[in-house]
Amino acid sequence: MSTDIQPLESVQLTPEQERSRRVRNIAIALLLGGLVVLFWLTTIVRLGANVFDRPI
Amino acid sequence: MAISENPRDFSADWIGTGSARDYFALMKPRLMSLVIFTALVGLVVAPGTIHPFIGAVAVLAIAVGAGASGVLNMWYDADIDAVMTRTLNRPIPAGRVTRNEALAFGVVMSAFSVLVLGLLVNWLSAALLAFTIFFYAVIYTIWLKRSTPQNIVIGGAAGALPPMIGWAAATGTVSLESFVLFAVIFLWTPPHFWALALVKSGDYARAGVPMMPNVRGAESTRRQIVLYTILLLPAGVAPWLMGFAGPVYGLASIALGLAFVALAVDVWKGISDRPAERAALRLFLFSLIYLFGLFAVLLVEHLARPLFGV
Repeated sequence: MSTDIQPLESVQLTPEQERSRRVRNIAIALLLGGLVVLFWLTTIVRLGANVFDRPI
Repeated sequence: MAISENPRDFSADWIGTGSARDYFALMKPRLMSLVIFTALVGLVVAPGTIHPFIGAVAVLAIAVGAGASGVLNMWYDADIDAVMTRTLNRPIPAGRVTRNEALAFGVVMSAFSVLVLGLLVNWLSAALLAFTIFFYAVIYTIWLKRSTPQNIVIGGAAGALPPMIGWAAATGTVSLESFVLFAVIFLWTPPHFWALALVKSGDYARAGVPMMPNVRGAESTRRQIVLYTILLLPAGVAPWLMGFAGPVYGLASIALGLAFVALAVDVWKGISDRPAERAALRLFLFSLIYLFGLFAVLLVEHLARPLFGV
């Protein structure tokens, strides 16, 4: 049985396009991480002192 | 857009080489800074209290929303940006960001900004932000800009809404006072943009944008500039007359308003082209000082009131 695999015909990016895509991906990751922190901090701020005032 | 047989051509059409700086430039940072400032003033001078962190989140969301509407504007206007000297080097006409990338970026940022404002602050301010983005991107950019010389008069409503959004973020409501802040920016917009249009009328004519000087002529535009600065004068003083600004603001608004009218009259009286162009440029630069000065005095005076026990 042959194990030859034909390369998939797909969009070929130039090195410059690949580099800018990598930078964009990092920016999106940072943005999403920032949103998680923002929602967490807002929750804490809105709960305020009530965050400690709960049955354990 | 036709999809080429060659995968490399396809990628060239759809995937740009834009840097983070290009994407930031798409958000019109100078316009964003004015939005941040006026929204902050609306939020601070509104009655009641808002937690400083929630206030900062509101201003951030409003800024991103304003930036997103700027991105959508650049997405739609890429064709005319390419023929105007002032906008030739923007990321889309310069070929660094594709139109599809800009559209996706603008839509996603619009949705995120409205959702964050709604979920973390309140839904009235989020609804106003959504309306502002829609008004700027669809009503102004897609519809009015290319069809009527009243484009920036009506479209100015989008730029005038941020202090009202800030007010709504702080109070959960809109009131007559926030409408007055809206009116100040709304009436300020025509003399501000028409002063620039008088200087850059060749650019707008080449791009086929029906700005007032190209459609009704310079003479009519200068007359209308004077009319709007006269209407702006009482609107600028109104916060003091209504009692939500103090005497320092009252004096500043009268002085700045009278200077604005005087400079507009200078533009109106300009006979030959060169001096008229200089006067128009001076009016354009002063219009920035006027709006920044007015809102800065309103903000500083409001913050300083407790120090003087007022």
